[in-house]
Amino acid sequence: MIEGIDITHILIVSTCMFFIGVYGFLVRRNLITILMATELILNAVSINFVVLNKFLYPNVLQGYMFSVFIIAIAAAEAAVAIAIIINVYRRYRTINVENVHEMKY
Amino acid sequence: MDFTYTLAIIGLPFVTFLLLGLLHNKLSHKLAGIIGSSSLFISFTLSCITAYFYFFKYGKVDGAYQKIEAFNITWLQLTDQLHIDMGILLDPISVMMLMVVTTVSLMVHIYSTGYMHGDNGFNRFFSFLSLFSFSMLGLVVATNLFQMYIFWELVGVSSFLLIGYYYEKPSAVAASKKAFITTRFADLGFLVGILLLSYYTGTFDFAEITKTNGNELAMTMPTGTSFLGLSIVSWALILVFMGGAGKSAMFPLHIWLPDAMEGPTPVSALIHAATMVVAGVYLVARLFPVYALEAPDALNVVMWVGAFSALFAAIIACTQFDIKRVLAFSTMSQIGYMMLALGVSQYGDHDGLGFMASMFHLTTHAMFKALLFLAAGSIIHAVHSNSMLDMGGLRKYMPITFITFGIAWLAICGFPGFSGFFSKDEILAAAFHHNKTVFYIAVFVAGLTAFYMSRLFFSIFFGKTQHYHHTPHESPASMTIPLIILALFAAFAGYIPFHDLITSDGRPFEAHINWAIAIPVTLLAFGGITLAYAFYFKPSTMPDKIAASLKGVYTTIYRKFYIDEIYLFVTQKILFNVVSQSIAWFDRHIIDATMDGFATVTNYASESVKELQSGQIQKYGFVFISGVFVFAFILIYVFVY
Repeated sequence: MIEGIDITHILIVSTCMFFIGVYGFLVRRNLITILMATELILNAVSINFVVLNKFLYPNVLQGYMFSVFIIAIAAAEAAVAIAIIINVYRRYRTINVENVHEMKY
Repeated sequence: MDFTYTLAIIGLPFVTFLLLGLLHNKLSHKLAGIIGSSSLFISFTLSCITAYFYFFKYGKVDGAYQKIEAFNITWLQLTDQLHIDMGILLDPISVMMLMVVTTVSLMVHIYSTGYMHGDNGFNRFFSFLSLFSFSMLGLVVATNLFQMYIFWELVGVSSFLLIGYYYEKPSAVAASKKAFITTRFADLGFLVGILLLSYYTGTFDFAEITKTNGNELAMTMPTGTSFLGLSIVSWALILVFMGGAGKSAMFPLHIWLPDAMEGPTPVSALIHAATMVVAGVYLVARLFPVYALEAPDALNVVMWVGAFSALFAAIIACTQFDIKRVLAFSTMSQIGYMMLALGVSQYGDHDGLGFMASMFHLTTHAMFKALLFLAAGSIIHAVHSNSMLDMGGLRKYMPITFITFGIAWLAICGFPGFSGFFSKDEILAAAFHHNKTVFYIAVFVAGLTAFYMSRLFFSIFFGKTQHYHHTPHESPASMTIPLIILALFAAFAGYIPFHDLITSDGRPFEAHINWAIAIPVTLLAFGGITLAYAFYFKPSTMPDKIAASLKGVYTTIYRKFYIDEIYLFVTQKILFNVVSQSIAWFDRHIIDATMDGFATVTNYASESVKELQSGQIQKYGFVFISGVFVFAFILIYVFVY
């Protein structure tokens, strides 16, 4: 329990983060920015795990464990994604997704 | 007596075919010739042994020749009763055919080693000859209709392959196709006949179908059911005869035989004179008890078709100039004779004279006609032309060919003492007792035969001596020795006592020369020879004058009564233009168009939606998230509230 802060406030924050991430993922054209948007989405989920664990099931630790997992996976994912982005840049000399469209009909 | 070894007679040529066919690039020509000829020689020897044992030792039980099944396996068990077998049936006619086929085939093999010498396709030729020998031998020993049908098609294929042997020549290719298609068309009738017969009798087996008790068929045939006034058996047998008529080049299915002369001459001698073309006669003879006892109408058809073909072909033969074509029409005419003889025959004892005469003539004809063809081949080999207009006075250059051809000529004309005289006399006697019209046709054909054969003989060996580019010379020994051997057969085959060996019911009967018929017919034949002597022995303008005065008739006969043109008209103008074209239109515009329609619609649909797969993952993501929203709304507002 955190004094003076309701669970809904925190959930609203995390929901905002999530949709900002989705919005960024859909509209951004720069691959790095898209990667950042996915990080936002992951972190929003992470917050949800922690908060729901703390407020609803204070006696168990699964929620915390999951958020630690998510942080680790996010780190690995960022490494792979940046490797891909560097390769894309080497090949196309750009990281604008609209110019990388070989995988189409 | 165990006759199982007869399998080797048939098996050896097949093995030779495989050997020569598979190793055909590896073997030298000489070796291939030796392998082919020696395997046929073994088959020939075994056939002689079989004939000796069958006719003189073990074939006869209680004074009648029996049908012996030397070998039999069930190949396809269709139902409990109906099964297709493969086997070897020995009876007088099949043993006789074994002898005829192996003799002529052996002679042709030996002859071909000389005739085809230096030809590029020598090994191919010999492997096809072996294939043909195998198929023909399998045909004659067939135990049942279905086995016969299989080998029947096999001889058709080998004939096709050998007619088209010179496949660079368009005319040979056309001729081989014509022969195959015509006989295949006839075989359609044969197949329907087989199915009808086996449906009503419940068996394919010759021995069962033709089994007799005295003068009655052991098996009851369905006579009640009738169609157009003929019983079902008659229809079945007429359809079977249609197959026989196709193979034996009977009118109106004869059109392939003259063209088949495009093949090498030894092939013409073997297939289109002595063996394959008599398969039709053999087929009718095989089923003869059924024809004679249950379906006299079908037998009448055989008789009239035979008589008409004999006359028709003999008339055409008088006007042709290509020596092989003259011989081809002569073959057709003589086979018509055999059919006619079967047609006038009845079953049993002396009434079966026609049956005996037919088989007799089949044998003698095989000998002298094979000889005629081989001698013609020898002449063509020397002169490098098929036309008798390019020949003349050849007796000085080719004495052996001259003498052997002369013997065959005397035999076919029916000169007393030579083989053709005896067999033809029996046929005429049988016809005389049965049907006078047919008898007179046959007598007239005998006269015509003497005329056109003498015309051929005199034009080649006498007449005006041509100026040859290089002087013709006698053929090598490999070609002349078969000629001499066949000449012996052609001269003396008439002394074989056929009435003791091959009769309709297996029992020997007494037969003599009918001098009352033989003398007038022989005189008529002499008349024909004399006429030809007057026209062709010395250069003469008479034939041209007669031809000119009868211009219309002569041209009609020379063009073979326009039968080919009629066929062409029917097939090209009517079948191709009317029937096939409309079917082709339907196929192209309805069937194909439907299929094309499916493809077009699919193509159009995918063209219009393919933009969705843009390669931009953000667009996919947008669609996905929109979907999530839609489902979320549905879930919340429809299911929750």
